[in-house]
Amino acid sequence: MSETSVAFADVEAVPTPVRGANLLRRSMRLWRTRIGVALVGLIVLISIIGPYIAPYGPSTPVGVPNANPGGKAVLGTDYLGQDVLSRTLYGGRSILVMAVLATALGLIAGGAIGLVAAYSRNALDDTLMRGMDVLLALPQIMLALVAVAIIGPRTWVIVAAIALTTVPRIARVARGAAQPVVERDFIACSEAMGVPRWRIVGGELLPNTLGPLMVEASLRMTYNIAVVAALAFLGLAPDPNGANWGTMITENQIVLPVQPWGTLAPIIAIALLTMGTGLIGDGIARTAAGIDRARGEE
Amino acid sequence: MNRLRLGGVGGFIVRRLLLGVLVLVLVSVLVFLATQALPGDPARAILGRNATPESLAALRRQLHLDQPVINQYWTWVTGLLHGNLGVSLAAQEPISKLLGPRLVNSGVLVLLAAVLSIPLSVAIGAWAALKREKVFDTASSNLLLLLAALPEFVVALVLVIVFATTVLHVLPAISTVPPGSQPWDNWEALVLPVLTLVIAVAPYVARVMRASMIEVLESDYVEMARLKGLTERTVLLRHALPNALGPVFQVIALNLAYLAGGIIIIEYVFNYSGVGGAIQDAVLNHDLPVVQALAMLIATVYVVLNLLADVATILVTPRLRTRL
Amino acid sequence: MSTPGAGGTAVAVQDLEIAIESTGTPVVSDVSFTITPGEIFGVVGESGSGKTTVGLALLGHARRGLRIAGGSVRLGEQSILDLSEEQLRLLRGTLVSYVPQDPASSLNPALRIGLQLREVIEAHTSLAGRAVDDRVAEMMAEVALPVDRAFLRRYPHELSGGQQQRVGLAMAFANRPRLIVLDEPTTGLDVTTQAHVLSTVRDLAELHNVAALYVSHDLAVVATLARRVAVMYAGRVVEIGTADELFQSAGHPYTRRLIGAIPRLTGGRSLVGIPGRAASPGRRPHGCAFAPRCSLRVEQCETAMPPLVMVGPDHEVRCIRAAEVLSGQQSRAGDPVTMPSVAEGEQPALRLTDVVASYGRTEVLHSVSLSVAAHECVALVGESGSGKTTVARSIAGLHRDWTGAIALSGTELRRAARQRSGEERRRINYIFQNPYGSLNPRQTIGQIIGQPLRVFGTASGREADRRIAEMLERVSLTAGYAPRYPDQLSGGERQRVAIARALVADPTVLICDEVTSALDVSVQAAIVELLGSLQRDLGLAMLFITHNLPLVRSIAQRVLVMSQGVIVEEGDTGQVLTDPRDPYTRQLLANTPSLEAAASEAGLGGPPADIAGG
Repeated sequence: MSETSVAFADVEAVPTPVRGANLLRRSMRLWRTRIGVALVGLIVLISIIGPYIAPYGPSTPVGVPNANPGGKAVLGTDYLGQDVLSRTLYGGRSILVMAVLATALGLIAGGAIGLVAAYSRNALDDTLMRGMDVLLALPQIMLALVAVAIIGPRTWVIVAAIALTTVPRIARVARGAAQPVVERDFIACSEAMGVPRWRIVGGELLPNTLGPLMVEASLRMTYNIAVVAALAFLGLAPDPNGANWGTMITENQIVLPVQPWGTLAPIIAIALLTMGTGLIGDGIARTAAGIDRARGEE
Repeated sequence: MNRLRLGGVGGFIVRRLLLGVLVLVLVSVLVFLATQALPGDPARAILGRNATPESLAALRRQLHLDQPVINQYWTWVTGLLHGNLGVSLAAQEPISKLLGPRLVNSGVLVLLAAVLSIPLSVAIGAWAALKREKVFDTASSNLLLLLAALPEFVVALVLVIVFATTVLHVLPAISTVPPGSQPWDNWEALVLPVLTLVIAVAPYVARVMRASMIEVLESDYVEMARLKGLTERTVLLRHALPNALGPVFQVIALNLAYLAGGIIIIEYVFNYSGVGGAIQDAVLNHDLPVVQALAMLIATVYVVLNLLADVATILVTPRLRTRL
Repeated sequence: MSTPGAGGTAVAVQDLEIAIESTGTPVVSDVSFTITPGEIFGVVGESGSGKTTVGLALLGHARRGLRIAGGSVRLGEQSILDLSEEQLRLLRGTLVSYVPQDPASSLNPALRIGLQLREVIEAHTSLAGRAVDDRVAEMMAEVALPVDRAFLRRYPHELSGGQQQRVGLAMAFANRPRLIVLDEPTTGLDVTTQAHVLSTVRDLAELHNVAALYVSHDLAVVATLARRVAVMYAGRVVEIGTADELFQSAGHPYTRRLIGAIPRLTGGRSLVGIPGRAASPGRRPHGCAFAPRCSLRVEQCETAMPPLVMVGPDHEVRCIRAAEVLSGQQSRAGDPVTMPSVAEGEQPALRLTDVVASYGRTEVLHSVSLSVAAHECVALVGESGSGKTTVARSIAGLHRDWTGAIALSGTELRRAARQRSGEERRRINYIFQNPYGSLNPRQTIGQIIGQPLRVFGTASGREADRRIAEMLERVSLTAGYAPRYPDQLSGGERQRVAIARALVADPTVLICDEVTSALDVSVQAAIVELLGSLQRDLGLAMLFITHNLPLVRSIAQRVLVMSQGVIVEEGDTGQVLTDPRDPYTRQLLANTPSLEAAASEAGLGGPPADIAGG
């Protein structure tokens, strides 16, 4: 007796499984992700529209240097008499643009390298990973410093150096996430059908590693923002005279006991931004882990 | 080929050592090419636009820039292996003499930070895993998350603001080590820098430890140990911890290596006379030999740390030994 | 501790209830049974029935997220469930011990086995030093493992699966407990190793007069081992009685269907599966949990949960129509299978000639030759390590390191799939073992099934959709499944999707690699039947690979038996299964637990020719 066709309408309603955008959407259910998005959104907004709503220009003298908050300057003035609030509003763009660009480049290149390495499982894998090891041997900021030392603190130099150091870190994670997927039978199935290799890597491997990749990307973003700001802090911003949170901190560090706001305002801005990206990354990680737990056998 | 492979842990160490050497060689090539062989005139970059042709030529000769690139590389590398790190352009002195005391200073910082942070973060991570989702766990996880997100110099400055300049005045804001003295002569000045380093590193190790411990606590063999009727203490100390530590070694090594970069910022903030400050000065002065030497030093530290971590992992995970 | 030879009950479980901690949803309810000293009591059920949960509860343990919510468990005089953690700890390993399902993951990978054996003794006795060593030597000898120090210094991964499981048994019997709970201890073991482990269990239980609870999904194994059996479904005991009575004439429709799904060695009858799947906790229907899938259901079944009713001196059934089931009124045999005859002289669809395959430097296939005619189903049977999967993967082009010739309808194939033509790749298709890994979780069912159409350019657009829908119907799913994702499907449903994908582009040769090993027995039956009927209807050449010899009965015309890279026996299915010539095959058959073997051991006739179906 062969089985009759059965339509079981009560196929249990498991929540629709997670694909890229879906993971982001679901992680928004967590409080921490929402707070993180709010923080990041706030700072990004300030950085973008800041220059348009700032009361004064970034280099306009507004009063006596190192004056405490009051009068024209809501947060006081800095060591040159410029308005702290205005400079803070102007100071985020450069950092954000460089960090986002560097992370994006690193993500694309590192992701590709990691996935290809995991899929090839042979000498190519070893070679690529040795190359990554070489890049990993130098701390991020060190490489950026060396690059800047030779060529100078230009925007593209900083972005390139940071992107270059982001690549191996992402590649490692991508490879680690892809290796278990490569072992799964549906990849073998596509290979048996003769699907081209690049198609398998991009169309089947990548969508199944998005979770860990997104988590690592937000972690990298947090780090890269810190590195860019640190470079500026060390006096290596592309425009040393322009408003930049990092440079502001360094410039006003001496007068901390007298007028803390010159340093505090940019510190708060950076802190809020990085805490925001950190919370987002953690939210995504928790959502992905919760899903894996619910799925059980996968 | 199986016969050629040395067996056991010893052979593994040798192979990883060779690999590490390979990486260092490649790094040296990278560093060298980056600094010496890029287009543009290093001599001009150093002396500036107003340099005379004679001084440029002299500098070029001094830097061996008139030699083929391979020779320059070879001279440099062999020098390194003999302990000759080159001569600083800014100070016109042998680099090893310049960096010696600075290395000690930085070493003290990193060592203190490591000794304090590793046991602390392992303990926090393990405890959080044991008391999972209770108060300690949620509180510590969230706190560590936020601390980890902050850039080091932000942490450093906040600490300075709180403890040194604005809120309290108990610790010095500057931690210079005068030449000739030792860093431990003025231990108060070490507190804030070390604390910053600990905060930079501890959160990651703690989180990985927690995750690893949770996975181990949920494993079949820990469940089995409990079902065998062993005391909870035996279960934790004999069955859980050793297996949980395995993955953590790699993270510890990674983070200690990260400290090598982190010192650059910290030493700047606290005006501490260490390697970080040297790098910074060298960069600003275009003092390429110093930059090269320091890059190689840091890379070596990184490779050694990774090797130690790999060996430690192998020792704790017997299963991997049979594949050697 | 245990009183040798005494009567009375060793274990008494009453109204056991286990629930999900956070929501209170019951997972196991209303479970009661007793075990006498020295008796092996079987608990049988498919995945999700709650059998493992019950087993753990006898140690006072509930897995993370679960809570023992009610009832009582008595071991001799000792009531378990109201003890503190510390009191429970003292009992575990001494009064009651546990043998886990997966020995590899239950042994601490970082500790030597000697230490893991010692700690059981040291934790519960006052023995120390040399005395403990002697004890360990005794334990090892009992389970037929070497007692030398070198062996004890090994780590778990340096032992074979069978050895690991015997270490587990040694630890369990070490302190002469009253009760041992065995949780599917032979899953994943070879038939031969399984036979050894089972006989060890039986001998030890008898020797030390230990009561044993044997949890399993494998009815055949339970039949050979246990005296009394409880059948669990959806968290409840639906039938309980002596093994002989249950297998001769079961009273519950589910038990009957389950028995009907077990592959038999004799008689080429089709297997009968059970449609649908068991509901998980929280979604179980009001009334009898099996009702939605039961062919005997009446309105009354759905209104209230049937109570356990005595239908014999030691036989209880949870069904209001038990009397009818017992009298066999609703009985129908599985239809006999008519195998199409293979035309002589036709070119074989698939032919392997002197294939030698290696992994690295190790040769795993030593000159294998076989052929599969068009419209023929050939079974390839072997245990793990026999090389059967290597054969399959070489044919598919997934394994490249082979020499010799593999020909598809006469044309020799190149080694790697990528080197072959699109047409060749289309004509050979492969179904994998693991339903959870063979479907891309990020694609819809429709996309998955449609992939071969896209890759081979066979159909597109509307035509493709039509074909996909048609394929879904063919495998007894509906077209409505197309937009769903693999996560929403059960194991059996996923395997059907895999079959649909394999067939959608009209292949000539289908390779089925252990396609039912990861499935429950009732689901396995359905899938095998589906494959069989599809193979006959579509005229496919099929290579059916399995380690389960009786399974091939209803699907294959010819059987090849493999051992260690060589084909040791080849012939007609009926003949090989009833009268094998090769000693390895004979041993394989002898070691395969089956209902017939159990029945004949008990001195009864074979199971009845008709089984309740319908």
